[in-house]
Amino acid sequence: MYDFPDFFRLKMGIYVDMFVKWLVRDFGQVFEAISDGILFFLLNVEKFLMWLPWWVILLLIFFAGWKTSNYRAGILYTLMIFLIGTFGFWDLMMMTLAIVLTAVVISLVLGIPIGIIMAYEEKFNLFMRPILDAMQTMPSFVYLIPALMLFDMGKVPAVFATTIYAIPPVIRLTDLGIRRVPKEMVEAAHSFGSSGWQTLTKVQLPQALPTIMTGINQTTMMALSMVVVASMIGAKGLGMEVLIAIQRIDIARGFEAGISVVFLAIIIDRVSQGLAGRFKYPE
Amino acid sequence: MTVKIKVENLTKIFGKNPKSVLPKLKMGMSKERILAETGHTVGINNVSFEVHEGEIFVIMGLSGSGKSTLIRCLNLLNRPTEGKIYIDGENIVEYDNKKLKEFRQTKAAMVFQHFGLFTHRTVLDNVVYGLEVKGIPSEERYSIARKTLASVGLEGWEDKYPNELSGGMQQRVGLARALANDPDILLMDEPFSALDPLIKREMQQELLDIQARLKKTIIFITHDINEAFRLGERVAIMKDGIIEQIGTPEEILAAPKNDYIKNFVRDIDRSKVLQAKNIMFKPSALVSVKDGLKIAIKEMEQAGISSIFVVDNDRRLEGLVTIDHCIKGLKENKKLRDLLIQDFHTTDPEVYIHELIPIATASKYPIAVVDEDKKLLGIIVRVSVLSSLV
Repeated sequence: MYDFPDFFRLKMGIYVDMFVKWLVRDFGQVFEAISDGILFFLLNVEKFLMWLPWWVILLLIFFAGWKTSNYRAGILYTLMIFLIGTFGFWDLMMMTLAIVLTAVVISLVLGIPIGIIMAYEEKFNLFMRPILDAMQTMPSFVYLIPALMLFDMGKVPAVFATTIYAIPPVIRLTDLGIRRVPKEMVEAAHSFGSSGWQTLTKVQLPQALPTIMTGINQTTMMALSMVVVASMIGAKGLGMEVLIAIQRIDIARGFEAGISVVFLAIIIDRVSQGLAGRFKYPE
Repeated sequence: MTVKIKVENLTKIFGKNPKSVLPKLKMGMSKERILAETGHTVGINNVSFEVHEGEIFVIMGLSGSGKSTLIRCLNLLNRPTEGKIYIDGENIVEYDNKKLKEFRQTKAAMVFQHFGLFTHRTVLDNVVYGLEVKGIPSEERYSIARKTLASVGLEGWEDKYPNELSGGMQQRVGLARALANDPDILLMDEPFSALDPLIKREMQQELLDIQARLKKTIIFITHDINEAFRLGERVAIMKDGIIEQIGTPEEILAAPKNDYIKNFVRDIDRSKVLQAKNIMFKPSALVSVKDGLKIAIKEMEQAGISSIFVVDNDRRLEGLVTIDHCIKGLKENKKLRDLLIQDFHTTDPEVYIHELIPIATASKYPIAVVDEDKKLLGIIVRVSVLSSLV
């Protein structure tokens, strides 16, 4: 009498399962093509990062810190990366970075146009909002299952899952940024006979840029946090080290890998925020 | 005077299906009832007027009167629900996208209440915008923009960002941006409302100076009746989407059409709107220099006045005689010409009353209004100066 009745049992999960299986069966080639594309891009990024001599990367990090805040930040960030190297994680760090970079690039290429359309089309906006809410609140592990089924084990499903998890902020903030452009400014653009494209590229996007940059920053941070989870489906990198440490209850290894992820996060966050700050105009 | 803009039966309704509301509006249903029953807002309701080439036409009304909606119809930022807008004889409502773009790029430019400046662009790049959109080559457009900026007194500020400038200067940028396109028509949507009073006055003067030079056709929106009467050659007063009265400031002051307008013009500083020509009247009596003293005395007697202006055959003002002098002169056998006095004041017909007030109160004779040939046009007595103010 107090228990939920057994006969109201809807097995919704089964239909989702059937849907994903149907996708794999009937659109296998499509996913293979996507997979090949992602892999090609990812491997080249990885190759490039690994090809760069370690001291060049340290120098780059120093300059990034120096230019975006000050030389002390530059030294601090360089030290952090150097420390990761001393833990023996240099190559793993590059693999992680390659996955993050690839996921972020895909997120931007898809997310910014989607955000723009959302700002323009009220109906599309109403359609996308709940989807974005779901994407952001769904526990991140759940993405691993369809990623695994669609793309098998390895780096590509990791990029896929990471992208899905990380794309909402850039979409939302692009939408918000464009909506927040003062009405009079858009009217002014129209009143001079701008085409729709001119209004978008010369007024709305530049005005929204600081907001979009904040979105890119958040997307990047979420991508980094998802990379650890994604290692569960076989993506090599710093996340994998964390995972191994958990399985073996290896505190030393866990600490080193964990702090490496934290260092990466701090550097990426500060540098991208510093970049975002450059796009603000005098108020 | 050529008609530049002719608006015929213009109606603008906001809402999901504006056309469906038209019949109700035409049947005379009120704005409020339409909003309550259909959820549509009537912006402007069957408005018609004409604007002449080279004039400043002011549309004045309180907020919600539809004035901003109306000006946005003139470059189709608002699509009219019904009606026609002829500009240079072409109905712009029927323009397709391409022609509309061309129209906005070449014929009409707009100045906004909160300036509408692009804060991500420098002052110079703001002014360049219209030319850039039009596709003018880079070198040419920057040279035009620099010249235009200089003409509104902003030389040396080219590389600043709008937010680094004061409000008055920002609106100068807005004005320069509009002028750089060299449009025939300037649409100004409450351009000076956001400025403080001193700057506002300065900008009004500047606009009049620019207008004297460039002779654009200007539609100027304001909620400030003093501003309307100061700038407008003709003024339209709007209320609830309808034009209540159109006329020159003097016409409206002299004959406000209804209580609403009467209420408005009560606040106005008449002494700065009315000019000598508006309050002068025909002298009830005049004498010619060739007339004798007896005629002069008789004229004054009949009109019941104690002094009289003396003119020549061409009505040119010669002077003034008083009754005392005339009677004394008659005994001494003098001529009218010998008795003329000159210590009265003359004024130009265009002079504003507030400049006449001190003269009128100090002088014991009427003020003579004369044109540049010294021809007597009329006279102003102290009582008419003072009574014109109430």
